[in-house]
Amino acid sequence: MIDYQTIESAARQIMSQAAIDIPPDYRQGIEDMAKWEQGELSCFVLQTMMDNWNAASEDRRPMCADTGLPRYYVKVGNDARLADGFTGLERALRSATAKATHDIPLRPNRVHPLWRNDHNNNIGINAPEIDWSFEPDVDWIDITTVHKGGLFGTDYRMLFPGDGIDGIKRFFLDTLVSFGKRGLACQPAIMGIGIGGSKDTTMVLGKQAACLRVVGDRNPDPKIAALELELKQLGNSIGMGAMGFVGNAMVADCHIEVGFTHTGGMPVSVHAFCLSSRRATVRIHADGRCEYRHDPEWFTPYMRRETVEWPIENTDATASV
Amino acid sequence: MADRKHGRDSIRIKIPVVQEDLEKLEIGMVVYLDGLVYTGREGVYRKVVEEGADLPAGVAQLSNANFHCSPAAAVNDDGSYSVGGVTATASFRFSRYMAEWLRRSNARIIIGKGGMSVEDYRDILVPAGAIYLTTVGYGTGALLGRGIRGVRAVHWLEELGNAQAMWVFEVENFGPFIVESDLAGNSLFEQQGKLINANLDKLYENLKAPALGRYGETDDRKDELI
Repeated sequence: MIDYQTIESAARQIMSQAAIDIPPDYRQGIEDMAKWEQGELSCFVLQTMMDNWNAASEDRRPMCADTGLPRYYVKVGNDARLADGFTGLERALRSATAKATHDIPLRPNRVHPLWRNDHNNNIGINAPEIDWSFEPDVDWIDITTVHKGGLFGTDYRMLFPGDGIDGIKRFFLDTLVSFGKRGLACQPAIMGIGIGGSKDTTMVLGKQAACLRVVGDRNPDPKIAALELELKQLGNSIGMGAMGFVGNAMVADCHIEVGFTHTGGMPVSVHAFCLSSRRATVRIHADGRCEYRHDPEWFTPYMRRETVEWPIENTDATASV
Repeated sequence: MADRKHGRDSIRIKIPVVQEDLEKLEIGMVVYLDGLVYTGREGVYRKVVEEGADLPAGVAQLSNANFHCSPAAAVNDDGSYSVGGVTATASFRFSRYMAEWLRRSNARIIIGKGGMSVEDYRDILVPAGAIYLTTVGYGTGALLGRGIRGVRAVHWLEELGNAQAMWVFEVENFGPFIVESDLAGNSLFEQQGKLINANLDKLYENLKAPALGRYGETDDRKDELI
């Protein structure tokens, strides 16, 4: 049985970790890019960002003072039991957000969209967002927090099957070029691309692809994996680098997630995470033990299942999955 | 005081900045600041420029460096402040306030994210004798946080909230910033953007336009969104 206090204290811990410590996979990605980046100004930006990550970890202060929109992704094991139920978990996450905002401190970013008033704690109507998913045959819960800025670097477009892969490439370039200028997208970033589903699904998948998969991770579908690498290479051949300066470092990695969609359409979303890529995950076991990590491991085989049954039965119809 | 930082010329400037120091700044130079710097964004500009409120006493006399940002900060129980860092917010949105703001505040250094348009430099900043410094990254919140030695004052905190209030920081070796626009209105972003634009046609060469267009869309990738 997992109790309220354990959840709240673990959530405060990941809030702090996400805000202060750059995930090692992303750091490695930027270190690698700094080695080949030819643009002098772009390279200066990458090196300065590494200085910034060191300063944040040494001083235990946030990497970026723009808190973004702190939020949570919760994966619940099918056999997990929560002492205060699911609403108790939501309350623990709201409480942890408010406390972390004061204690770290984080900038209270969340305001009412019309009246612009705030509660000085990053809590409000529909904030923080909590996305749920489930995992069969386990009794733990995984909680991931993501602090991502929200003003630039993301776009949605309804494409059609006839627009093809070229249409996706073109839209991907449009997003990078338009928001890359002056560095509004805070690149080089992990780019997430959602393809398919309904419009809202497309947006959710793209955002999760950007924020919940680590640099170097590939989609299990080999053809999608190849497209990920092709788009990454394409983004890094624009001639633009960090802050929109001349260079090539735009895309630290590219992740694609898909959902079955309307037979007539091919909705696409493109999301840029940022130079702070703030995410951290905790697994809370049934006995209350907490394990902290940087890889959210959000897209499990179960999440990407394609058939009614789980586990997938090994029949001809599903052999290619 | 010239120095090198990751292969670039860097310089320390005292605030309030004097004309002689502003004249030394060339686009692309790395700058660190010492003295007092104060924040300003929508809340402050609306209050002063639209509602006509006076600037808080002393601000314009003590500092002429205005930063488009707000801090990751909390007010402690004893009334003191904990400041973790500051990160800039995109400056182009404040274009409409800048002419009147510079007249009222006498600011000569504007610090922010992403710069402003060359037209804004030509028509607003240059006539006011002001230059623009961009933050680096973006998101060097921790490095900038290290440069903040204290909070001199916070104005309109109750009314505007933590993120929109005017924070007056005592800073030392506060940076790095990059000179984006100089006294002549030259723009680093514009120069770099032109070089990048030269390659764009080739990049799009074989990619046909999608079946469904969008209202208001530009098909010229050389255009900017700001």
